[in-house]
Amino acid sequence: MEDEQSFSDISGGRLSLQRRYYTQSCREFCLNCPRLSLRSLTAVTCTVWLVAYGLFALCENSMILSSAIFITLIGLLGYLHFVKIDQETLLIIDSLGIQMTSSYASGKESTTFIEMGKVKDIVINEAIYMQKVIYYLCILLKDPLEPQEISQVVPVFQTYSVGDLAS
Amino acid sequence: MVLKAFFPTCCASADSGLLVGRWVPEQGFAVVLAVVHFPFIPLQVRELLARVQRASQVGLAVLGTWCHRRREPEESLGRFLEGLGALFTHKPWLQLSREPDSRRWNCKVSSPGAPCGEDQVMLIFYDQRQVLLAQLHPPATLPDRRAGDATATAAEGGLAAVFHTVARSEALFQSDRFDEGPVRLTHWQSEGVEASILVELAKWASGPVCLLLSSLLSLLSWLSTWRLCRLCPLAFLCSKLCTCQQLRLRLQHLQLVFSTQKAEDPAQLMRKANTLVSVLLDVALGLALLSWLHREDRIGQLADALVPVADRVAEELQQLLEWLMGAPAGLKMNRALDQVLGRFFLYHIHLWISYIHLMSPFVERILWHVGLSACLGLTVALSLLSDILALLTFHIYCFYVYGARLYCLKVCGLSSLWRLFRGKKWNVLRQRVDSCSYDLDQLFIGTLLFTILLFLLPTTALYYLVFTLLRLLVVAVQGLIHLLVDLVNSLPLYSLGLRLCRPYRLAAGVKFRVLERESDGPLRLLMQINPLPYSHVVHNFRLPSCGCHPRQSWSSLCRKLFFGELIYPWRQRGDKQD
Repeated sequence: MEDEQSFSDISGGRLSLQRRYYTQSCREFCLNCPRLSLRSLTAVTCTVWLVAYGLFALCENSMILSSAIFITLIGLLGYLHFVKIDQETLLIIDSLGIQMTSSYASGKESTTFIEMGKVKDIVINEAIYMQKVIYYLCILLKDPLEPQEISQVVPVFQTYSVGDLAS
Repeated sequence: MVLKAFFPTCCASADSGLLVGRWVPEQGFAVVLAVVHFPFIPLQVRELLARVQRASQVGLAVLGTWCHRRREPEESLGRFLEGLGALFTHKPWLQLSREPDSRRWNCKVSSPGAPCGEDQVMLIFYDQRQVLLAQLHPPATLPDRRAGDATATAAEGGLAAVFHTVARSEALFQSDRFDEGPVRLTHWQSEGVEASILVELAKWASGPVCLLLSSLLSLLSWLSTWRLCRLCPLAFLCSKLCTCQQLRLRLQHLQLVFSTQKAEDPAQLMRKANTLVSVLLDVALGLALLSWLHREDRIGQLADALVPVADRVAEELQQLLEWLMGAPAGLKMNRALDQVLGRFFLYHIHLWISYIHLMSPFVERILWHVGLSACLGLTVALSLLSDILALLTFHIYCFYVYGARLYCLKVCGLSSLWRLFRGKKWNVLRQRVDSCSYDLDQLFIGTLLFTILLFLLPTTALYYLVFTLLRLLVVAVQGLIHLLVDLVNSLPLYSLGLRLCRPYRLAAGVKFRVLERESDGPLRLLMQINPLPYSHVVHNFRLPSCGCHPRQSWSSLCRKLFFGELIYPWRQRGDKQD
């Protein structure tokens, strides 16, 4: 069964959280992030090309214009493939482990699976970011050599924190 | 705990039969390796399992029954399968079945003392071939390695146990459906054992070839050690030249690749493969460079251009020295010292130009032979280029050394006399500065010398600065060449190619996908291999290079420059410090 709720983050974009219940031992949480806005894309492209035209007016070399087009294309592709996350999913399978998937705007998916034996605890951690305190969910991992020690802290949703979800 | 049944995807369309595999009680994993079909004799099944267990040190058992109803539901089959539970006692006993319309899976578990319910089982599909061939990084280490101890292998944590089970049970997958054995199995190789004629031929041929080449290479290395030990100046020269280092490294690589010992673990095998690909690429690039050089007589053009370029550099240096001997940048130098230093360096340049002109008839021959060396590899050609550059700028190196030594002497003298000026001295025994009472004549001479050195400092410092900058420029160019050589030497191309073409071989972990679920069927997941990211591949499988990297940090470099200590950027490991 599915359940959807929508929130908005600090910068005004719409976030939606979907909760799927597969069985008693398997649940999934999906966070959909706001899409790439046409306004910001147009603004960046116009800035880059205005600068290129300015340089062209100074140097009279047409290589500047073609390189500006090239840079814009490569930059956009790189941004979509490496930076812009469309959706983040958390799949929890009882006694097997926790899986976190991030899907990027270009379709790339990067997955991390943490086995249940390595998880020490799941906590809500506080961090001070600029002038506010934000809370984020993170998983504490056990150290393989010292079972009582914590070896790593893994934040769950990389791009958005719990404090951003002002419903 | 929920029972996790790992089921191979190749068995999803197999006929009904028995499930054979391994049970890991600590995590509740039932890893199904194959399906045994009817008709079978239970004794023969048990014998097969015992044989495989002896070969693989992994405890196998009959885990349950598999029922794939192709036609109308057969009641007798169902009762027969249930009866088998009494024959092969295993706790818990798994009963998997599948409807003919391929969507409906049923899964029942009966274990003593626990209620058998649907949500006590999870079905996880895995691709047997991929899991067999995958190597987990980082490798799961066994806490307690005892050879031949079946219980020690059960101590592995988590999903690594599944990988280990499938990888060790190769003996079970050796028979295919064309064999006339007593037991019929379905697994990933049951349609025919995978083999390749080329691979078999290569394996057969590699034995004698490796033997021959390794004996040749050991002869070569013995020869090189014998010769070098005898002739001292040659040994010194060889330790300074990059080319010899590179040749030695390549010899070591070739010895590794053609050694007659089999690789003990997958990491060594990867290293051998990476080294071989690196050597082959090197030679291919070198041959390409060779063909480019010999086309259109480029070597002749290069040789014709070399002597005028060296002349030009010497002329520029002369002009620089004339400028320093005048009033450089408006600064006023001490005339006498300036003239002495300037004339000294000018004479040096004159010697150098004569030497270059002496060498000029032989340059083309030398370059031609150097160009031939490119067939040994691009790295050798680049190292030779770096050495030629070092030889051609030897005068700049000499100037730098003279300037640095003078400056260093001056700074040492100044610091010691400054201490005298203040009435202190350096205590060598205690390694600290102590106060000391000097005689009047000591103080007089000391102060005089201090003043002289202080006022001569700007001149020496300026010469030192100029020649250090020139030397750093040459070092930077050599550094770029070394970086390129290092890149070709240490990039693990075979691993990168494997990651590109067969990503399941290099596994960072696993990932799960939830498959469509019927209303009351068990939860079905698909387990796939999560490949290692490219950056981790390069980091893990990097080949060791010859270690010609600057060892010092920026702050120690600046400190050395300030005090006039000589910089040796390409110190090899194991060299004594000057």
